[in-house]
Amino acid sequence: MSDPSAPPIVARVENATKVYRLGGHDVRALDGVSIDFHQGDFVAIMGSSGSGKSTLLNLLGCLDRPTTGRYILAGQDVASMDDETLSRLRGRYLGFIFQSYNLIQQLSVVENIEVPLSYQRPPLPGGRERCLKLAALVGLAGRLDHRPTELSGGQQQRVAIARALVNNPHVILADEPTGNLDTATSHEIMDLLDALNHAGRTIVMVTHEDDIAARARRVIRLRDGRIDTVAENRPRLAHTRVPAAT
Amino acid sequence: MNILQQLRLGFRSLMLHKLRSALAVLGILIGVTAVIWLVAMGEGVSWQAQQQIKDLGATSIIVRSIKPAEGSSRDAGGRFGIAYGLLREDYDRIVANVPTVSRAVPMREISREVRHGERFIDAQLIGCTPDYFTMNRLAIARGRPLSDYDMQGYANVAVLAHKAAQILYPIEDPLGRTVQVGQEFYRVVGIAAERNAAAAIGGSLDARQYDRDVYVPLSTFRARIGDRVFTMRAGSTQLETVELSQITAVVDEMDQVDSSAAVIKGLLDRYHKTVDYAVVVPKELLEQAETMRAMFNVLLVLIAGISLLVGGIGIMNIMLATVTERTREIGIRRALGATRSEIVQQFLWETVVLSGTGGLLGVAFGFLCGPTVAALRRGIETLLPEVWAALPPNMKNLEPRLAPWSVIAAFGISVGVGIIFGIYPARRAAAMDPIEALRHE
Ligand SMILES: Nc1ncnc2c1ncn2[C@@H]1O[C@H](COP(=O)(O)OP(=O)(O)OP(=O)(O)O)[C@@H](O)[C@H]1O
Ligand SMILES: [Mg+2]
Repeated sequence: MSDPSAPPIVARVENATKVYRLGGHDVRALDGVSIDFHQGDFVAIMGSSGSGKSTLLNLLGCLDRPTTGRYILAGQDVASMDDETLSRLRGRYLGFIFQSYNLIQQLSVVENIEVPLSYQRPPLPGGRERCLKLAALVGLAGRLDHRPTELSGGQQQRVAIARALVNNPHVILADEPTGNLDTATSHEIMDLLDALNHAGRTIVMVTHEDDIAARARRVIRLRDGRIDTVAENRPRLAHTRVPAAT
Repeated sequence: MNILQQLRLGFRSLMLHKLRSALAVLGILIGVTAVIWLVAMGEGVSWQAQQQIKDLGATSIIVRSIKPAEGSSRDAGGRFGIAYGLLREDYDRIVANVPTVSRAVPMREISREVRHGERFIDAQLIGCTPDYFTMNRLAIARGRPLSDYDMQGYANVAVLAHKAAQILYPIEDPLGRTVQVGQEFYRVVGIAAERNAAAAIGGSLDARQYDRDVYVPLSTFRARIGDRVFTMRAGSTQLETVELSQITAVVDEMDQVDSSAAVIKGLLDRYHKTVDYAVVVPKELLEQAETMRAMFNVLLVLIAGISLLVGGIGIMNIMLATVTERTREIGIRRALGATRSEIVQQFLWETVVLSGTGGLLGVAFGFLCGPTVAALRRGIETLLPEVWAALPPNMKNLEPRLAPWSVIAAFGISVGVGIIFGIYPARRAAAMDPIEALRHE
């Protein structure tokens, strides 16, 4: 914040808490978390099971609102938004990659990539061509009409990555994107994310694996809903690079 | 997404579970087909019944001459006796001025003794046109009915009613022989088939005995007998001048009867200073037809309602299962930017595809109603002739009448029912928390 040469902040969490009321007592899944995400950042969130990683990612993904505190995305405070505005925000500014790929079974590769486009208001121009380009980018140009069940896990995750890019998001959120993949495939996926980050994409990723976390620029460790440590593997991109149009 | 894409997506989502979707479609299909078929059958039966009522004279407006109260007639007690009743001009006026009247049949009748040698009968001598036979469904047993040619030629010919023929000619064949009415002789050209007396219907139509009728051409009646006749009444003879005893005006549809009768009345009122005629509509018959139609309508709506309700519940069932099963997909779409209302829309389009497909197929099968019934009838006729012979004629002749309203309603309601029964599952889908939905296995 103090560094004037730093790239702009795309997402900011301010003293956020998330409290679940379970039975009689409260579970503080997040307990006063503050963190900034700059454009071009590549952040890995780590921590033991139950430390609040997914809760934080859901918050960043506008799937949930903080109990107290603020979350500012694209200059707007999410805490006070209604369900419809949150949906529009997700569709417009965010890309999601899930551990279990989460492709829609009845749709082909290219149609899966297209899904976020159908929820854009106003619609983005150049729909189908964008999808074809992205399919080529993730190496699936030859499989456009295949169904998810006809693809390997790695291939499915590539489709998911292309889908996460199609709306040209400000931030890509990935919850254990390599959790279901073998080591070799995991690193292929990480190569892809790496390349995207180099092209200027902001990525926030939850992972359990150290070697995967090591490929991020920063690693945030959570413990009991608080930020324990923040480590910097590599400096973030030195200058503002506008993400390439793909 | 445009409508086409929505429909395509709906279709493909349904293809995830082909059998289940097919069964839901079948449910609606049967509902729609049942509605169309049952309504067509009902309309057929209803039409038969209406036709029978029409045959009884429901579309006939009867205008009769009535002898007015003493002293108020057109030409009371003059040289020509009392003159009253319908005029030939009235007949022309009705034909020319009442377009709803498709046919008007004039008639003149008097009681006369009809003789053949020593034998005689107190007959109704009826001067009429050939139309009179068809209108009263008087079949000719032997010989021929009166013809236009008889009318034009003032032919001295007569058609005898069944009973009249029997009494006058107990042994010989009456055809070609002559009967005598007063000083005139008429050649018998035809004998009417036996005809049951028409029962009186309510207060509007008197019972009518057809058995002692002797029919002669109206033109001949006028030329030989004339308008001026002596009648015996209460022991004294009276001279009366009447041009026509009755005009029967037939309209095409029952709902034209009342308005046409009013027009006729208005028309005649202008030319008749005294009330020497009466316009009679078959009120009871019309009411009977109306009641029957209403009853059929209630029945048909009931059938349609039940059939489509059952189909609709089937759709709801399927959609609820679909929503539960596709919770994950709903979570994904919500994460990728879908609003609640977009999720509702997606699932509603799916139900529209289900019910629309069922509806369209149902309509297609609905159109097969006529051919199917015809084939069924032929099948029974050739394969089971005894069964066929035992069937009542109403059933043998039953023609299903495809009602356009039933096709439109059945299709419209099936889609409507689909939407109504799809709303609850769709809203349930949309109400889900996206995080929960994504976690769902
Ligand atoms: N919907 C919920 N209702 C109640 N408690 C919840 C809910 N979601 C999360 N929690 C609780 O919040 C805490 C943080 O959960 P979270 O899912 O964020 O952990 P995590 O770090 O992602 O763990 P894992 O590595 O196992 O995925 C846990 O104690 C969990 O039990
Ligand atoms: Mg988690």
